[in-house]
Amino acid sequence: MADQEKFAELATPYMSALYAAALRMTRNPSDAEDLVQETYLRAYRGFGGFREGTNLKAWLYRILTNTFINTYRAKKRRPDQVDLDDVEDFYIFRRLGGLEAADAERTAETEALAAMPDDEVKQALESIPEQFRMAVILADIEGFSYKEIAEILDVPIGTVMSRIHRGRRQLQKLLWDYATEHNLRPRVETTTGG
Amino acid sequence: MDCDDALFRVYEYLDGELTMWRRRAIARHLDECPPCADGFTFEVELRRIVVSKCREEVPHTLRVRIAESLGIEIIEG
Repeated sequence: MADQEKFAELATPYMSALYAAALRMTRNPSDAEDLVQETYLRAYRGFGGFREGTNLKAWLYRILTNTFINTYRAKKRRPDQVDLDDVEDFYIFRRLGGLEAADAERTAETEALAAMPDDEVKQALESIPEQFRMAVILADIEGFSYKEIAEILDVPIGTVMSRIHRGRRQLQKLLWDYATEHNLRPRVETTTGG
Repeated sequence: MDCDDALFRVYEYLDGELTMWRRRAIARHLDECPPCADGFTFEVELRRIVVSKCREEVPHTLRVRIAESLGIEIIEG
């Protein structure tokens, strides 16, 4: 099989996932399309150096994130190195009364979060500062291991863990704030949990 | 292992990043502690919701652009 056919066969199944990740990174459909196209082009050109049997998905994501960082982020004045608000662990869980809450209350809350419009969840994820957002996307949406994420982002595993954890806490706070503001939550007063 | 120890490791546990020994210790605690087990389940459920709401359909125009720029046939999927 010709190299280009092989590349198409192996790499095309990841297009939806790459496009979704690109959208969350760039926060803009037109930039996301350019980013995915550029990723495929670079991957195609570099396919000769890709060793079969190694992790193609991780390799594609490494190209995607590098392209994003080098191309799209360069457009901005500087990357947002801002620190996150200090949000505690299990933000939502604690607000649901933590370990003492009744099961029924928590089920109702889960349903309320499940009822959130897709766009609002996407927007919450997109408003996490970039370095934390990338780690959360790779871990939670794409299911990469800490080690794979460390290789994709080229940072130590400890940094990956800290970014994932802090990004997740931030995401929980944003989802919770949205659900509260829009009265999506059932009328349970359990704000003192934890 | 107590509840604080278990909750401290919740993400590493759910991410499958713990050693077998630590994993087992947490699994044992979850067996004995329904509230902690609920908390872990909640985190899993929340993540599932986020993942399910962040799916995207690739625009057909993008598939065409990529196929053209690589000089290959469009492949759906």
